[in-house]
Amino acid sequence: MDIKMQTADRNLLLELSGELDHHAAKNAIRELELAVDAALPRRLLLDFGGVTFMDSSGIALLLRAKRCMDALDGSMQVCHVQPQAKRVMDAAGIGRLIHIKQEGTV
Amino acid sequence: MRKSVNYIRLEFPSRSSNEGFARMAAACFASQMDPTLNEVEDIKTAVSEAVTNAIVHAYPDSIGKISLKAKICEGNILEISIKDTGKGIPNIDKARQPMFTTGGEGRSGMGFTIMESFMDALTVHSTPGRGTTVTMRKKIASRANGQR
Repeated sequence: MDIKMQTADRNLLLELSGELDHHAAKNAIRELELAVDAALPRRLLLDFGGVTFMDSSGIALLLRAKRCMDALDGSMQVCHVQPQAKRVMDAAGIGRLIHIKQEGTV
Repeated sequence: MRKSVNYIRLEFPSRSSNEGFARMAAACFASQMDPTLNEVEDIKTAVSEAVTNAIVHAYPDSIGKISLKAKICEGNILEISIKDTGKGIPNIDKARQPMFTTGGEGRSGMGFTIMESFMDALTVHSTPGRGTTVTMRKKIASRANGQR
């Protein structure tokens, strides 16, 4: 799992790529927390375009990101979710808590 | 008990680096059933959840053995069992509830929900102190009458 980061005007874009399973999520959640702590963004955009596989560990990452952004009174969105990851998100009902959109830029 | 047409059995230590191997091995074995891409992804996702559960919950403070058995049964049904000899689950009904987890911040409590959603049937047998076996079945639709 690789995470690329871009910040502009208190918008934080994290581009995730690779397989997001429990093995990868341990580091990915830590990296996400560090990035949010450093940028203190108003808006967080997680680009899942490069995530080729995801299990419920990805749900844990999204819930963690949501909690981080709630603590900052900010917002978050997830974009470019691939079909397998989308089906995991749908099975977990995460769309009720987090806005998932198909197109997005910071 | 359905008659088995073909099977594999794997054993590996409960290291998280084996999660990818386990789901790929199950998916590669299932490929002889000529599944659709969605079916392959369903199998990979469900195996990933079951193996992760064993790593996180069966052996929280140690490295133990996990065995994976995949079986092709008559009627083009794939049966996958993930077995550990770890802590066991004291209350299976509670463990299967969505959002319930004892795994802390890194877990979502959605593992069983996703296994149930991506496979046709899921059974869990567990004895505290002895271990857990999760068995999942899925009918592979694309070659309902086919066997190789």
